[in-house]
Amino acid sequence: MSGTSRLSISTSPFLHDVASTPRIMWEVVFTLIPVFMAAFYYFGLSALLVSLAAIGGCLFTEWLVNREKADSSLTDGSALLTGLLLALTLPPGFPLWMAFLGGVVSIGMGKAIWGGLGQNIFNPALVGRAFLQAAFPAAITTWELPDGHYWAPRGANLAMPFFQGSPVDAVTTATPLARMKFDHVAASIPDLLLGHTSGSLGETCGLLLILAGLYMAWRRLINWRIPVSILLTAALFTAILYVIDPARYPSPAFTMLAGGLLLGTVYMATDLVTSPLAPKGIWIYGIGIGLLAVLIRIWGGLPEGVMYAILLMNAATPLINRFTKTRVYGHS
Amino acid sequence: MINITSTGPFLTFRHGVHPEEYKELSCHRPIERMPFVEEYTLPLSQHIGAPAKPVVKEKQRVRRGELIAEPSGFVSVGLHSPVDGTVTAIGLFAHPNGQMAPAIRIKADPFSAQRFIPQPPTPPEQIPVSEFIAAVQRAGLVGLGGAAFPAHVKFSIPEGRQIRYLMMNGCECEPFLTCDHRVMVEYADELIDGTGILQHFIKAEKIYIAIEANKPDAIAILREKAAASGMPIEVAPLKVKYPQGAEKMMITAILGEEVPSGKLPLDVGVLVSNVGTVVALSQYFRQGMPLIERVVTVTGPAVRRPANVMVPIGTPMRAVAEFCGGITDEAARILLGGPMMGVVQKSLDVPVVKGISGILALSDNEVRDITAYSCIRCGRCLEACPLFLNPARLGLLARKGLWEEMEENNLMDCFECGSCSFACPSGIPLVQSFRIGKAMIREKKAREKS
Repeated sequence: MSGTSRLSISTSPFLHDVASTPRIMWEVVFTLIPVFMAAFYYFGLSALLVSLAAIGGCLFTEWLVNREKADSSLTDGSALLTGLLLALTLPPGFPLWMAFLGGVVSIGMGKAIWGGLGQNIFNPALVGRAFLQAAFPAAITTWELPDGHYWAPRGANLAMPFFQGSPVDAVTTATPLARMKFDHVAASIPDLLLGHTSGSLGETCGLLLILAGLYMAWRRLINWRIPVSILLTAALFTAILYVIDPARYPSPAFTMLAGGLLLGTVYMATDLVTSPLAPKGIWIYGIGIGLLAVLIRIWGGLPEGVMYAILLMNAATPLINRFTKTRVYGHS
Repeated sequence: MINITSTGPFLTFRHGVHPEEYKELSCHRPIERMPFVEEYTLPLSQHIGAPAKPVVKEKQRVRRGELIAEPSGFVSVGLHSPVDGTVTAIGLFAHPNGQMAPAIRIKADPFSAQRFIPQPPTPPEQIPVSEFIAAVQRAGLVGLGGAAFPAHVKFSIPEGRQIRYLMMNGCECEPFLTCDHRVMVEYADELIDGTGILQHFIKAEKIYIAIEANKPDAIAILREKAAASGMPIEVAPLKVKYPQGAEKMMITAILGEEVPSGKLPLDVGVLVSNVGTVVALSQYFRQGMPLIERVVTVTGPAVRRPANVMVPIGTPMRAVAEFCGGITDEAARILLGGPMMGVVQKSLDVPVVKGISGILALSDNEVRDITAYSCIRCGRCLEACPLFLNPARLGLLARKGLWEEMEENNLMDCFECGSCSFACPSGIPLVQSFRIGKAMIREKKAREKS
């Protein structure tokens, strides 16, 4: 045995599961490929441009805050994932400089100031989105229908930094949620499933989001209890209202498919870092998101409430974790 | 590949992990007998409890199976010479636990045939319980699953307590290890006989032989022998999952009930014994052979010829490794026991002791260097912990040195199976920090007492 010098001393266990944190992040990134292809299909070049700007803002900030560390945190995939998720929540005609700024805020305020990966309380992509919503309320609610304009930037994409820009050839339209809220007109379910509707880059094609969610639950990348609890709660809540007054309130199917509920449920609420650990806590968290989202949508001032619902339940997560002690084996 | 012939679903506990098994390396290799070597080192402490007290002197000639050290209290067992030979020294020698410890060194007689002449004691059926317990203690029997807890202590059932279920633990859930598997296949008669001896005194309502479903040959043989034994034995195939062989997990899998925190299996009317231990019990009462040898699985990708070897206690580990073709340069870790709970070794120049079930040489392919990331609160450790503890939270508390809070979070229930560290995608040394936490809490309690 000549190689004894290579022997090292450590403590058990010596085996380790193949799953690693970067691997989990990258696998989630891969599930987003079809979602992005759909965004590109519906909104063309602008989908790509907005995504690149948001991702650029995230990666740049991640590099900036960690540049003195020995191991680059860029390779763990988490900053890229944040950028991708932020992009999915933005309208296709969004000014690129705003998307970039959103990325900077996502990583800077959403992650880095908390201490980096794993330390943040709020989902970073939604922190960036909330900032953009507060700072640029007009730009972020300017929607366009997918209209087959592939190779030209649309809307205010190319606005100069610090300017809102004026929509070029814009045929802006209200999102299905806005039309529901203000005009009580529901979009058709097949359109919502297939994405023939206006909305943020990643929220329009319900079918793909459902498939991505199923895949991630099967691969244990997300906890299945989160989407199940959110969707069931939202559906049940609206079902009750719908039974009371079908003309005024949306149907459960519409609630689940329209707007950002699926996107938020599958990709943001399931953020490992900002959701509770134990099953019991996860149920509370999911039911909370479902209730809040429907409350805001129906009685709030905004047509969409998923982002705030998730951020609010993110805030409650440390408390939920503290109070949902699991029963330990052998204790009654 | 192993064919699972019994059909599931199998009994099991909640949570746990699925490490790769690596059993194919050695599970089909019949037990080989380790040739005698020149010199044996027998530490006086090879069991939990007080070290044995030498009853031989230097230069004294001893026979194979002769008592060389006697128990020094109730929680202590006897020690016997594995060979005909001469005591050359009684002093401090390297112990596999990493320390120098008192031991008896015996030089084998090169001219002896090392034949063991069976001299069975009075049959167990004709002796009272107290004599049975004393005989087991003198025979040096300990739990062969790894903990080396004196068997007679476990077999001593306090007055007024009744054992309803006797459970033979043949789960062997640690990856790589196959010694219990081979013992069940090759010593099935002794296993049933030893179980019968124990049953004669315990009088349990029912006897279970628990085996993970990846050992279909052992399940088949023991089912056949059990049916012919006339005893109420049920061979229970359990799901292949780690740590299925942990006493509490096995009891929960079979009975569906939990062992209360801080209590023993005895408190729920169960007595658990490793299968190898009852084989040794049979060998002592039928042939008079005390515990002077045991089956050790020598395996791992860095072992040239993985094997299951019947090794005389006290044999230098280096000789056992060489018997198996030696250890290759690929070895990155050498350890005793399984890869989930085993103890790493810095040298092969230590003897095989009673509690060693395996000698493993792992390469860099199995022992991956894990980059540590921050906890991403994925909850995989919670889903891994068989005791439903919250390893993520305990790990955070350990990092801050909050030992008392760890205790409030039921740290002392942890039996260090390592499932949490195995599952953690961020490579956080969870169980490793729990060991430190437990030691700190114990130390503090000891200080408070004094």
